[in-house]
Order: sequence, then C-alpha cells, then structure tokens
Amino acid sequence: MVQLENLRNKVVGIAGCGGLGSNCAVALARVGVGHLVLVDFDVVSESNLNRQYYFYDQIGKPKVLMLKENIERINPNIKVTALNLKLDDQNIKEIFETVDVLVEALDRSDQKQIIIETVLSFWPERPLVIGIGMAGWGGNDLIHMKQYGNLFICGDRISEIGPEMPPLAPRVGIVSNMQANTVLQILLEGSRVGVQKNLN
Amino acid sequence: MKIQLNNRKEVFPDNQLTVQELLDIKKFTFKMLIIRINGNIVKKDQYKETYIHDNDDVMVLHLISGG
Repeated sequence: MVQLENLRNKVVGIAGCGGLGSNCAVALARVGVGHLVLVDFDVVSESNLNRQYYFYDQIGKPKVLMLKENIERINPNIKVTALNLKLDDQNIKEIFETVDVLVEALDRSDQKQIIIETVLSFWPERPLVIGIGMAGWGGNDLIHMKQYGNLFICGDRISEIGPEMPPLAPRVGIVSNMQANTVLQILLEGSRVGVQKNLN
Repeated sequence: MKIQLNNRKEVFPDNQLTVQELLDIKKFTFKMLIIRINGNIVKKDQYKETYIHDNDDVMVLHLISGG
C-alpha cells in the first residue's frame, strides 16, 4: 500500500516506555513508522512484565535500550533513538523538536501535567496523543478516544492506578494500541480528521 | 455568554468568568487539571486572573495516574 510506505519518512516521539509506551512503540514499529524517539529513565523490573513489552532476561536493564533491542528484532529497518534520561520542561523541547506526532505515555499524573502543559504551550499545533485511565480489568465499553484540537485522549479517563486497581496487560494493551492507532490515523490522514465533529 | 466547554455548548448568565469561577460553578474539584482556552494553556497560578469570554473554546481535562 502506497499510503503505508509513507510511514517510513515519519518520526514519532514516545515520552515514557512503560506499559503504554513500550506497547505503543512496538505497534508503530510493526506497521513501519520509520523513526521512533524513545525516552525513559527507568530499568525493567519483574513487576513490569505483567503488561510491558520486555522479557524476563531484561530485568535490571534500562528500558529504552531493551525496547530498542526488541524493536530491532521485530523490524531492523526502523531507526530507534533511545534516550535513557528523565524528561523535564526544558530538555523536552530539544528532544522532540523534529517529531511529527508525540505520544505521552508517562505514569504519574504530575509528570503527565508537566509534559502535556509544556508540549501544548511550546507546540500548540503539534498532535499530542495522551493516555488517561487504563487500570483494572473489564469495562471495554468505557475505553475511547476523544479529540480536542491537536490533543488526542485515549483511555476511560476514570480508572486510576491504586492498590486495588493495578495496571494489567489487557487494558494497558488496549489503550496503548489505541494510542498507536490514533498516531497512525494522524500520520496517514492528518490531525484535522475528527476535529469538532461533535459540535452543535 | 455562550462557550464551548469540552466540545459542548454551555450558556452562562455572566458576560465573563474567571477560570476559577468556571471550575467552581461546574464543580470541577480535581487537583490535577489541564486547561486550555482557545488552544492556549492556562496554568494553575493563573486560574483567578484569566477570564473566559463569549465564544471561547475551553477544555478542562482531569489527569489521573497510570501508564
């Protein structure tokens, strides 16, 4: 498909490579997005393996480097820039300067806030795909995508992580792939696609 | 005034409201919010001094942890 071949020239940034980021990155690599910029400062732990795209023999190693390895095993033609560092409101501007679409895949709400506010202030037009609400199980009918201008929100927007609400592979997988699907739609059709469809 | 709030039309008897007044009226009490007016981010320390006017497009997004 000619349209899909254009993905080779696209760059997608992924902020955070945990449950959302690792699965989203793999989906984008499988469909042939040419260049992925991955950022995370964490190492793989055993408790991550219930949902994140890592393997038992990668425990203790930096997530971004392991994700780059895993992606290269799936599709060696993808360029992966793996940055093992913590994003903040200063370095993010340089790191994601050239990406076509940015995926927010961070864990804590305060980190999400800093990154989302910085991105929307610095690049008010650039598509940003965020994940909000994916803990627990069931509730398939609650998970959805909603667009506000250049901001695309995936998730159920209510299920917060907590002691009784762990993040688990199925729902995290659904939301991360919904983010990847949204990125794909933006790359192939532009970010104005569903804009304000539900107005009036 | 008539505004768009989270992609929905809303009507208020006031000619203008601060962001904080809007949050109070709508009972948005969550502490972690992303707010945009006509695409521009409004940070927490600006809620009391930033005004919403007729025809403004306002987004109030509640953030929760998980990823």
